[in-house]
Amino acid sequence: MRLINHIPGRPAALLLAALPFIMIFVAYSIASDIRLTANPQDKLLPAPTTIVETAERLFTVPDKRSKEILLWNDTFASLARLLGGVTISAMLSLALGLAIGLLPYARSLFSGFIAVLSMVPPLALLPILFIVFGLGEVSKVVLIVIGITPFMTRDLAQRVMEIPKEQIVKAQTLGASSWVIALRVALPQILPRLISNVRLSLGSAWLFLIAAEAVASNVGLGYRIFLVRRYLAMDVILTYVIWITVLAFVIDWLLKSLSRRAFPWMEANL
Amino acid sequence: MSFVSVTNVWQRYGNRSILERVNVAVDEAEFISIVGASGCGKSTFLRMLLAEERPHKGDISIEGGETAVEPNRERGVVFQKYSVFPHLTVRENLIAAESFDKPFGRLRGTARKQAEQRADTMLERIGLNHVAQQYPASLSGGMQQRLAIGQAMTAKPRILLLDEPFGALDPGTRLQMHDFLLELRDETNMTVFMVTHDLDEAFKLGDRVLVFDKPRWDPQDPGLFGATITYDFDARNKGMPFQDILDQYPSLSLG
Ligand SMILES: Nc1ncnc2c1ncn2[C@@H]1O[C@H](COP(=O)(O)OP(=O)(O)O)[C@@H](O)[C@H]1O
Ligand SMILES: [Mg+2]
Repeated sequence: MRLINHIPGRPAALLLAALPFIMIFVAYSIASDIRLTANPQDKLLPAPTTIVETAERLFTVPDKRSKEILLWNDTFASLARLLGGVTISAMLSLALGLAIGLLPYARSLFSGFIAVLSMVPPLALLPILFIVFGLGEVSKVVLIVIGITPFMTRDLAQRVMEIPKEQIVKAQTLGASSWVIALRVALPQILPRLISNVRLSLGSAWLFLIAAEAVASNVGLGYRIFLVRRYLAMDVILTYVIWITVLAFVIDWLLKSLSRRAFPWMEANL
Repeated sequence: MSFVSVTNVWQRYGNRSILERVNVAVDEAEFISIVGASGCGKSTFLRMLLAEERPHKGDISIEGGETAVEPNRERGVVFQKYSVFPHLTVRENLIAAESFDKPFGRLRGTARKQAEQRADTMLERIGLNHVAQQYPASLSGGMQQRLAIGQAMTAKPRILLLDEPFGALDPGTRLQMHDFLLELRDETNMTVFMVTHDLDEAFKLGDRVLVFDKPRWDPQDPGLFGATITYDFDARNKGMPFQDILDQYPSLSLG
């Protein structure tokens, strides 16, 4: 039988899905064990047990000076920046996408501009943002907004233009104004797309956030990672990396469930 | 003065002529079938009636009005597909026909209640009350087109434009749709323009059948001349004209 026709059963599929994780873990444990036997003081590959201990300490034990648990502080600060930036981007791209997709004048005005803007590497703008907006929260949020809005706008505008012409004409024959067409015909149909765009953009948003926090901040997940790098605290870094991954995963899952629930008419299309 | 008058209409895209010298006068409540070879400009003619595009030359007026510049509630339309809104339920699609011309496209309070009642009556009429809360994607092709026609009628247009409305349906469903449309016509006395590629359908449903074709043909440059109405058949009385001439002119009878 051809390879393309070999399909794993359910238990085999689950096992296969778990396999890469198990292999990474085993490889790491072995490598860590080898290094620690050679030199018990080695900090590069802390034993999995050490990482679990560190994680417990980071999640529960308050900092001696500030009496606060730093990991939670970092988490809240980073999530606020991330969600702030992503929310602003979502709103902006929705408004711009609808305008570009529906209004020929807006299309002429913006589409070239946004195409060029999306070519600018956002991280190269980071120094400018720090100069203009200072080292506070604004520059970090703006970096995320600049980083992900052009892509989302272009995609949403494209989606609006892909709405069959028949529907737009039909709405006009029912007396709908441009505003009503945007609100009642186009907007509901691109909302699912907006959510999938946000899901796709979250990866870049995290990247921009961690980069901005690494350069200038005094709290935040990215800030902490780059701070403890100086002490080679691999156990702390790994805990943070795993924590960020978990957060990203949960946000993605929440958005996916939201999309399923909020747009029942999409399901029928699948 | 006829209800819809099309006067010397030309249409061209770039330097390609599509339609030329189209003249036709249509009375209120007439059902006009439009046939012609594929690509000869039938949909283009319908788009101009709809005011989705404007003629290169000439005038199209309803009851002596100006040539419209954009689609409006005077002209209802049903396309072959995509004529209903996929994100609204069947019932909401009908209510949209009453609410889309309001601010924010919504109705409130008693107006909403009344629109809902009318929607339910229409649902009954088009036989879709059992799927009122479903989304169009879960409906069969015939049901979707019934919904589209019901939606267009709910807005009470002066003229109804149908562009191959049954073209994507299987033959059995198509026959059911013919009966449905004929009944609906008898009830409403709507003026209808329907494009079809099915001659039987054209003569069965229409009072008149307009044939679009190119009267002039340049073998060197097919885009030089456009199509026009080459035949205008009386399709009443099963397509045999003058069957009721004695009713109209009793003095002609010999006895
Ligand atoms: N917007 C347009 N721009 C350029 N050419 C068009 C446009 N719309 C239609 N045409 C051309 O006009 C001709 C007539 O099209 P159409 O009216 O759709 O024919 P049909 O009789 O099959 O409905 C076709 O050759 C088509 O390619
Ligand atoms: Mg056509």
